[in-house]
Amino acid sequence: MKIPTLAILTALLSGLLFGLGLLFSGLANPAKVLAFLDLAGLWDISLAFVMAGGISISMIAFTIARKRSASYLGLPVQIPSNRQIDRPLIIGAVLFGIGWGLAGICPGPAVVLLGAGSLQGIIFVVAMLIGMGLFEVVNARR
Amino acid sequence: MIDWQHFTPVSALLGGAMIGTATSILILCNGRIAGISGIIGGLIKVTHADRIWRIAFIVGLISAPLIWQMFTVLPEITISASPGLLILSGLIVGFGTRLGSGCTSGHGICGISRLSLRSIVATLTFMLTGFVTVYVMRHLLGLIA
Repeated sequence: MKIPTLAILTALLSGLLFGLGLLFSGLANPAKVLAFLDLAGLWDISLAFVMAGGISISMIAFTIARKRSASYLGLPVQIPSNRQIDRPLIIGAVLFGIGWGLAGICPGPAVVLLGAGSLQGIIFVVAMLIGMGLFEVVNARR
Repeated sequence: MIDWQHFTPVSALLGGAMIGTATSILILCNGRIAGISGIIGGLIKVTHADRIWRIAFIVGLISAPLIWQMFTVLPEITISASPGLLILSGLIVGFGTRLGSGCTSGHGICGISRLSLRSIVATLTFMLTGFVTVYVMRHLLGLIA
């Protein structure tokens, strides 16, 4: 399916705004993420407010989107239909949480760190891409 | 104990609202979920027409700190993990998010926004293992600052 030029711009704008939001909220700072994940230490609960802010806005958008078959730009609305709570979901989430807790970096902030020119960010992103590639290899064999 | 000194509710809420606006634009205009691990992971195997919006989104995300720096200095970014730990962490995050079909954005924000039980379970799971990991690494083993 051919994607309209405007849709490329909206994707670009969405990514940009997402990244600015990560920087503004503090989520792009791994030390702050670790402070949020540290229940036993001095617990910085700020990041729960990032989730609350994000969810409250996007909940409106998803309520609108769910009632439509096509987006405002005429593209199909692709909302995941999988409802199964299966082993891959749980094992994947368990692993992701462990990795997140080790360095305080999840995929979005990792990409922002890359743009910020952080050497540590580059190391993380390369390793993350290899991890994703490994999944594709394992998944193809299943 | 809650750390009130570093508590930043206003910037957190506003930053969160910016992220929520970003996910809204992508679902309403492009019809797609703003899940970062899915967008990146999908680049490995999808067709050309599907690839271009993913690349555009990632370019936007990478550009954010560059655009930010045109106006002001970047906010504090502190990474205490050693290179070895960064590699281990990156590998696990990459593999785990693809196996579990999402990360903080796809499950945590988009999934919870549409009240997907699957995403709520995933989010609670990775939050829990994140809490446990920081507890073990910081308080039991003393391996992270």
